[in-house]
Amino acid sequence: MKRSTLGSWISVAIGAVYFLLPLIATFEFSLRLKRGVYSFEAYRIVLTDPSFQASFLYSVVLALATIVVGAVIVVPTAYWVRLKLPKMRPVVEFVTLLPLVVPAIVIVFGHLRMYNSQSILPLTDSSFGTDLLLTFGYVTLSLPYMYRSVDTALAAIDVATLTEAAESLGASRTATLTRVIFPNIRAGLLSGAFLTFAIVIGEFTFASLLNRPAFGPYLQLVGANRAYEPAALAIIAFVVTWASLGLIQVFGAARKGSK
Amino acid sequence: MSFIDITGLKKAFGPVTVVHDFDLGIEKGEFVSFLGPSGCGKTTILRMIAGFEAASAGRIAIDGREVTRLPPAKRDVGMVFQSYALFPNMTVGENIAFGLRIAKKSAAEIRERVAEMLAIIKLPDLADRYPWQLSGGQQQRVALARAIAVRPQVLLLDEPLSALDAKIRVSLREEIRALQRDLGITTIFVTHDQEEALSMSDRIVVMNEGRAAQVGTPFEVYTWPKNRFVASFVGTLNLLDGVVVDEGRLTLDGREVTVGRGLAGRRAGETVTVALRPEAVTLGATATGLPGTVEAVSFLGAVVRVKVRLDTQVVTLDAFNQTTQRPPEPGTAVRLVFGAEDLLVLGEG
Repeated sequence: MKRSTLGSWISVAIGAVYFLLPLIATFEFSLRLKRGVYSFEAYRIVLTDPSFQASFLYSVVLALATIVVGAVIVVPTAYWVRLKLPKMRPVVEFVTLLPLVVPAIVIVFGHLRMYNSQSILPLTDSSFGTDLLLTFGYVTLSLPYMYRSVDTALAAIDVATLTEAAESLGASRTATLTRVIFPNIRAGLLSGAFLTFAIVIGEFTFASLLNRPAFGPYLQLVGANRAYEPAALAIIAFVVTWASLGLIQVFGAARKGSK
Repeated sequence: MSFIDITGLKKAFGPVTVVHDFDLGIEKGEFVSFLGPSGCGKTTILRMIAGFEAASAGRIAIDGREVTRLPPAKRDVGMVFQSYALFPNMTVGENIAFGLRIAKKSAAEIRERVAEMLAIIKLPDLADRYPWQLSGGQQQRVALARAIAVRPQVLLLDEPLSALDAKIRVSLREEIRALQRDLGITTIFVTHDQEEALSMSDRIVVMNEGRAAQVGTPFEVYTWPKNRFVASFVGTLNLLDGVVVDEGRLTLDGREVTVGRGLAGRRAGETVTVALRPEAVTLGATATGLPGTVEAVSFLGAVVRVKVRLDTQVVTLDAFNQTTQRPPEPGTAVRLVFGAEDLLVLGEG
């Protein structure tokens, strides 16, 4: 074996141990709820817990709402920037990256200050209003991933010429966007959507400070009061994330009509 | 009024004006080519007609209807792009049907029209293929079918052959021209390839620096270029400096030659530029003609290109390759023979 190849294998092995060992240990621990035998009892308890089901469903619904709102905002914006405002791209990219720099707790305090019961738009006055606020917060949080995925997909097609071709055939801007642009950036859009899903499912800060029954606070609550169930929940959360990443690969590879 | 009427068209990008007061009338069913080097404004004019660029000034009317400020979708103009611009998510059939679906035609009509278009472009079995499964030539045929499926009033072709290899270009340009004649659709074709423009067009607009340097039939543009730019851009040409003797004669490197026309109004002793096509010159066996020495010979297969030095100037001539006659050797003394009408006195520009 060549020296460089051996070095690569050692690096991979160290990386694998670093990332996989805690995961394997967590999984092993999650199976030890019953004394002396391995069992999925912790998983059974978690999956049959009504609070788990309610909080998971709540987060799934919110994730889907975030994806829809995010796509409706991001796709036309990224399209327009590529088509008509290419010089503004660095500015828009900077703005979309801000949620990575500004801590979530700062954003949520900003939200609470702006939309509390004393404000002009008192969204926190009702559950529905707070859910809306949480959704918009998640849209902000997922902006770096959604925008980047969509923008990369747009870069792969000749947006300007396809738009002109559609318009010369009588299509309006809306028809061009829905019939030509959207289908051609489907893979990128789905990547952004699954990343958003994975982020929203495990998010804690926003949901906790806005006092909403989401999956993130549930994870924290179980973690503070139980021993084996949090490990099972951690594995479940990993599986959800991996499933999202797997779906990105599946849909990315199976893009209709492309090589 | 012409079918397409362009008057005083101007386009400026900031301080840079790329199209200056452009006027042109195009008749119904005509095939007009805009020919010129990169950056001469030909594509900008095409894009203004399509509605993709807003005119800074001027007016464009199609069939009596002013379209200058209309969006592209309302102009009834079909466009074929250099990069094909087929929709990657749609099959060939769906691409062709796109404009018809937008126009809300019935399913039966769409089916019928798509089949008709596929037959016209000679790809009847490829309706279910995706663009990436086609060759460049096939993709451009589909793009053409898609553009004409909606039966636009005007067809705009923006260098549609540039991305194709030489053999396909020749066959496709013949197909495009035949199709245009059959459908009688008014067509504007943008190209920087003189051979394409000469072989396909009813009229050619030779563009230079945002202006029409000459408008005429291919024969007129090639045979009687108006100025030095057109002469040098269209075809291969010898550009020689001559000194006017009188209204019918001038000297080339001190040797007197007769000129058919173009010297009226010129003063004796004035230096003028004359153009001489390589194919108009032959090597004479007689003592008449302009004396010179063969400088170089290039064998091009069907044609032999010979460079002959007069004194200070060089004349290039093209002769057909003949099996009975070998090309002259460099250094051979020869006589150049050409008709008085073949010497074109060029204007400025």
